[in-house]
Amino acid sequence: MSEPNTPKRLIVTSETVLKLPRHIKLRHDAGRGRWILLAPERVFEPDETSVEVLKLCDGERSVGAISAILAEQYQAPVDVITADVIEMLQDLTDKGALKS
Amino acid sequence: MSDTTVQETKTGEFNASIDEACARAPVGLLAELTHRCPLQCPYCSNPVDLERVNTELSTEDWKSVMRQAGELGILQIHLSGGEPTARRDLEEIVEEAAKAGLYTNLITAGVLLKRERLEKLRDLGLDHVQLSIQDVKPENADRIAAYKGGAAKKHEVAKWVKELDMPLTINAPLHRQNIDSLPDIIDYAVKVGAGRLEVAHIQYYAWALKNRASLMPTREAFMKTAEIVNAAKERLKGILVIDFVVPDYYAKYPKPCMGGWGRGIINVTPSGKVLPCHAAESLPHLQFDNVRDRPLADIWLNGQAFQMYRGTDWMKEPCKSCPRKEIDFGGCRCQAMALTGDAANTDPACSLSPMHEEWAKVAHAESHTETPEFIYRRMGSAASAE
Repeated sequence: MSEPNTPKRLIVTSETVLKLPRHIKLRHDAGRGRWILLAPERVFEPDETSVEVLKLCDGERSVGAISAILAEQYQAPVDVITADVIEMLQDLTDKGALKS
Repeated sequence: MSDTTVQETKTGEFNASIDEACARAPVGLLAELTHRCPLQCPYCSNPVDLERVNTELSTEDWKSVMRQAGELGILQIHLSGGEPTARRDLEEIVEEAAKAGLYTNLITAGVLLKRERLEKLRDLGLDHVQLSIQDVKPENADRIAAYKGGAAKKHEVAKWVKELDMPLTINAPLHRQNIDSLPDIIDYAVKVGAGRLEVAHIQYYAWALKNRASLMPTREAFMKTAEIVNAAKERLKGILVIDFVVPDYYAKYPKPCMGGWGRGIINVTPSGKVLPCHAAESLPHLQFDNVRDRPLADIWLNGQAFQMYRGTDWMKEPCKSCPRKEIDFGGCRCQAMALTGDAANTDPACSLSPMHEEWAKVAHAESHTETPEFIYRRMGSAASAE
């Protein structure tokens, strides 16, 4: 195998399509009554809205499409939601919990 | 709409209150499947009295531990050793752990692995591989591990992990005899496609305590590593997650050992003893239950060793009235025992400990003397070196 190409940071925009890599697991933690994201040596605890966003990260919907769904659901301005969602997803992508 | 927030917790750390956490299951279980290992690293975290192969738990015992862990609400299982791949039944244990819903992490030196076996482990549900390296300079790496050809073999294993599309962490224990390689270690982790790098300054227990004078870096050398890591974290954002473990000899406050005693982590030894931390057997007044005799949940909740230092009631001054007592939990009980003779004392790593100054002097002195020969980790070598 040749060495992998120099990896680059993925910058999340409203066009980005994200999904959870196979080794990142979104799971309901029944014993503690919460949703968790299991990662190597990490447990992320997304809040209710973040869980909804993560469930919509299916490798098909764009960040913009996900934000539109939430904006409708919460009757909130789409640009506000989009900014909020991008910030959250960028952070998780930087931590290796999401990929394109 | 509420803000979207995601709380991040490193395994073993907690944000909940103590009472809440203690009523709960541990998040992680460290399964030391065996103390056998082909490597002889002089800083091994295993106890100096290594457990022998004829005392090891059976396949069925380990499978039962995995099932119990899942039922108890444990989330992550760290399959460690010794070298966990020395167990021929690792496949069965991984399979059972995955079935129990546990997130499985293999902590390996890699040198015994074959590609086919790794692929099989992946197919059985292994989630993540953590591969240790001793240095990026092969001859120095092989000298530290006392294993010829080890570095080359590890490099091959790292490639297999990526070819098999598995997530990879490189674990690099850092000390005086490889500290200058840190920038190259970081580059190496990126080059092999690791998603995460653990740069872990040695913690001085067991074998590492015996070899402390060979391993302790100077304060200046340590400070430089902190700078290098901080710069790399910024530069490699979104490419490599770097976790940095500092040597507590140079810290102001002690580390929150195990995220608090009996709070987040449970450890099972090769022979089935259940410990609140992998070094806990250095506390002679504790009684350790065995998974062969008692259910895991009962041991966790009621075992004498777990109850002894759980919470904060056991604390003496200066911990007792300290505003940080629920942040660092008085540091490490084993270090307090080893260096002050009382496990309930403040860890001397804390600047509020009366022992602190003396202990910082030890680090200074040892890091500035010539390095003695390693006492390599093998059965009986520690006793014969006394």
